[in-house]
Amino acid sequence: MLRRARGRNGFAVPPLTLARGGSPGCEMARLRTCPPHLSTLGVLMRFGIAVFPGTWSDRDCKHAVELAGHEAVMLWHKDRDLRGSDCVILPGGFAYGDYLRAGAVARFAPLMESVAAFANAGGLVWGICNGFQILCEAHLLPGALTRNTSLEFRCVPTWLRVESVDSVFTAGCARGDVLQIPISHGEGRFVADEETLAMLEREERVAFRYVRQDGSPVDGESPNGSMHDIAGIVNERRNVLGMMPHPERACELLLGSSDGMALFNNVAKLVSGNGVMPVAAVS
Amino acid sequence: MTSVQFAAASDADLAEVALTRAEYVHLVDALGREPNRLELGIVGALWSEHCSYKTSKPLLGTLPTKGPRVLQGPGENAGAVDIGNGLACVFKIESHNHPSAIEPYQGAATGVGGILRDIFTMGARPVALLDSLRFGPLDEPHQRHLFDGVVAGIGGYGNCIGIPTVGGELYFDESYRTNCLVNAMCVGIVEQGKLTLATASGPGNLVLLVGADTGRDGIHGASFASVVLDADSAARRPAVQVGNPFLEKCLMEACLELAGDPRVIAMQDLGAAGLCGSTAELAHRGGCGIEVDVARASRRETGMTPYEVMLSESQERMLIVAKPGDVRSLQEVFERWDLHSDVVAVILPEQRFIVRDGSDQVCDLPLDLLVDGAPPRGAPGPRPVGPAMVTAAGIPPAPWTPDEAILQLIGSPNLGSRESVYRRYDHQVGDATVILPGGDAALVRVSGTSLGLALATDGNSRYTALDARQGAMIAVCEAARNVVATGAKPVAVTNCLNFANPEHADVWWDLHDAIEGIGEACRALEIPVVSGNVSLYNDTGGTGIDPTVVIGMVGVIDDVAQRCTAGFRDEGDLIALVGPVEAELDGSEYQRLAHGVNAGVPPRLDVDLERRVQSFVLEAVSAGLLHSAHDCAEGGIAIAIAEACLLGDIGAWVGIDELGQGEGLIIGEAGILFGESQSRFVISFAREALVRLHELAGRHAVPFRGLGSVGGERVCVTGCIDVSLADVRRAHEGALIERD
Repeated sequence: MLRRARGRNGFAVPPLTLARGGSPGCEMARLRTCPPHLSTLGVLMRFGIAVFPGTWSDRDCKHAVELAGHEAVMLWHKDRDLRGSDCVILPGGFAYGDYLRAGAVARFAPLMESVAAFANAGGLVWGICNGFQILCEAHLLPGALTRNTSLEFRCVPTWLRVESVDSVFTAGCARGDVLQIPISHGEGRFVADEETLAMLEREERVAFRYVRQDGSPVDGESPNGSMHDIAGIVNERRNVLGMMPHPERACELLLGSSDGMALFNNVAKLVSGNGVMPVAAVS
Repeated sequence: MTSVQFAAASDADLAEVALTRAEYVHLVDALGREPNRLELGIVGALWSEHCSYKTSKPLLGTLPTKGPRVLQGPGENAGAVDIGNGLACVFKIESHNHPSAIEPYQGAATGVGGILRDIFTMGARPVALLDSLRFGPLDEPHQRHLFDGVVAGIGGYGNCIGIPTVGGELYFDESYRTNCLVNAMCVGIVEQGKLTLATASGPGNLVLLVGADTGRDGIHGASFASVVLDADSAARRPAVQVGNPFLEKCLMEACLELAGDPRVIAMQDLGAAGLCGSTAELAHRGGCGIEVDVARASRRETGMTPYEVMLSESQERMLIVAKPGDVRSLQEVFERWDLHSDVVAVILPEQRFIVRDGSDQVCDLPLDLLVDGAPPRGAPGPRPVGPAMVTAAGIPPAPWTPDEAILQLIGSPNLGSRESVYRRYDHQVGDATVILPGGDAALVRVSGTSLGLALATDGNSRYTALDARQGAMIAVCEAARNVVATGAKPVAVTNCLNFANPEHADVWWDLHDAIEGIGEACRALEIPVVSGNVSLYNDTGGTGIDPTVVIGMVGVIDDVAQRCTAGFRDEGDLIALVGPVEAELDGSEYQRLAHGVNAGVPPRLDVDLERRVQSFVLEAVSAGLLHSAHDCAEGGIAIAIAEACLLGDIGAWVGIDELGQGEGLIIGEAGILFGESQSRFVISFAREALVRLHELAGRHAVPFRGLGSVGGERVCVTGCIDVSLADVRRAHEGALIERD
């Protein structure tokens, strides 16, 4: 399948505003070479953004996608149509209130039937925060997200080390890159049995790990107490990524960090680089 | 009438609905008959202080509420101001003190839910929440229980619904040991053409009740909030509502889809006094009447009486007024969000408030009497005279050296780091928070524009305790200063007045004076008051809170990229103090901590100087001359400098001589270092900017003193303070951590 739309020429690269009194994280972002802006290559990707009742990062994800020069379409939880999305984002929020267990109800939404079929056929699915919780509940990713060890909600900046570049989502990063991306959750502690953890490590499916600001290991002292300090993982085929931190909140230095933009650009870069999508969208 | 009539209400009947005998007699006279039990309950709720403002209304009328930017002043669900680009900022602050004292988690959570509804009822999308909290000292386990519960409740609701909690304030004081204060402010944005009012019109139009089913929770909430708490208050836990933020999220999205829709004639949320209060106000604003049929409201439980349905304060409910032909299509919008709706009322041409239970008419009251008829309450007595003022003379000298004092202050519960609180709130959802919690004011950008909104709440009850009028003026000026520190121009105010029992003359006169003070400061700074809330009877067993004025301030900066932050930035930058230097320790945090008293007179305030100082800072920021600007508040100059060091993670050196003569006395130095003189900012800037800043200061006629420079890893004031930034940080960050 070829790109459906080309030639949105003249789309300006968003101006980067330097934060005053910038943290070392900002400094890092400033020094890093930005990947080429995809819209300048004339490529327009379509990100489908799921909206469950209780989802609240949908608008932020749309903003980030559009800032990156791509197209966002909203996918309503009661529908089954993925509207030709190249990549489906399951955003943050409290889908259906999450009164039972985060993601436990959302996995049964009509939309999730299509998302699962899309993922199983190799389509790109990206779960962020609540989206990661939903992917685990839907068994599209292994493990589970439980209450933070502090038993409190945490909204803090975190630093993520890129552990694996063997996926569409991280291919544009270098292994060992440290990204400043905030978290905001009460149930983000990644847990799995020893066997699963060993498999994830062996197969290099840990995409991101929480580290300190200087890149050194947190050794279990992450803000949510995740096993192996895991912040994000990919599935076996590496077309499904789940992560607790919010890259859509780290796309502009005005808001403290632009490191998250790299991930949005990576997805588009690889897809456009191949010139073909892994699979046709299921509708 | 088929309801049981009763000859005359007993004292117990009146106590249940919190009406006085005199009010009851007034009601019977106006009505020309005895009310039935339901009518008495409805009047009790609407004549409660919480709904009728019978004590404060005559005083609030003196506040300035007009200005070129004001689109909607007091009287609607929230105020609205023009922020440019065709947009309006809609905002309000409201208290939820009484429920939070009884059930801290749900009390605070539903406080957030209630203020959010006030904003999206007007068609505005909420973009920020702020909370102003006050508790007794944390040495008592019960205070820790309240504090943790309230913080968890605010987070539980705000995080789930996905509106960022970007700022606020937190104080601990003896005066709140028996009555904690929970004030929540919400700010929303709407295209001016989509501003929706809660003014019913068109006899024959129908009223939809949307959202949660009606249960027995929160019955008498308004009356409950209008009496003093006592030993039996815990038994009133059923009067506290339970929140469902998920349901509110769905209700909010559905209502926002309908903002500006011509099918919606009016929108009104259900808050205090439930269906009764909302239907009455909706009709009264429109100069029409309303007939409610309680049998049509979906119930959460069986066997509810009309009385319970009318007075239930079940949360997450909304009223929509529409033409009969539009009702079905509106219901479809709600159904998409899985929200249930019932047609419960019809608009009447004559101003009556009629309630039916199916075919039975159970209440018929003149609407004007119900909404506006509560006899206003004047001063309960003459202004008390006598030794009300505690003098500061003769207090023992401070036990600390300046080094010890700065660490004690920066690590005290009132000046310590709030990070352990705001990290429990999502303060970034919405992709708009430019200045995060921890600075002077939060700064939220307005999506799709270059505009930014600076938001702050402020109120120092130690000053209002000493002098209500002066303290209230300072609260307005300081809230404005917080906003100005970011480079934003203050445009409007909302206020929450928390007082003890106004039936006591001293409390009533404090309320009177505080409102006068707010008015005077707002007139001087040309900032109108567009919304507000009064919470009285914050009194338990005869112990009342200190008068507490909380000011919510909104400022606008045209280009958010031009913003200024509070932390020092670059090594070698110069530090200066803008504003007066005086040794005023009365009412200060230092006086409380070092001497254990709150005594004397609050800091002097010259509103004319205040206005000049603020204009100076605004002009300096917009000219790009400043690297930082920080309001000099609790803890004085020394703490302002330490805070700017902490925020910027860099040290500073300051010369005491630059601050004027130390007078060679410990108390004199403490007064200069820790005194809380008003109208001051600590600023930092590159050396090259000094000449222009001097010239600017001269033009605005404001005192401008070079203090020292930024750099290193210590906080130094020559000859008296020399502490490492790491020690300051350790003290600051440990302030609220529970010690075993």
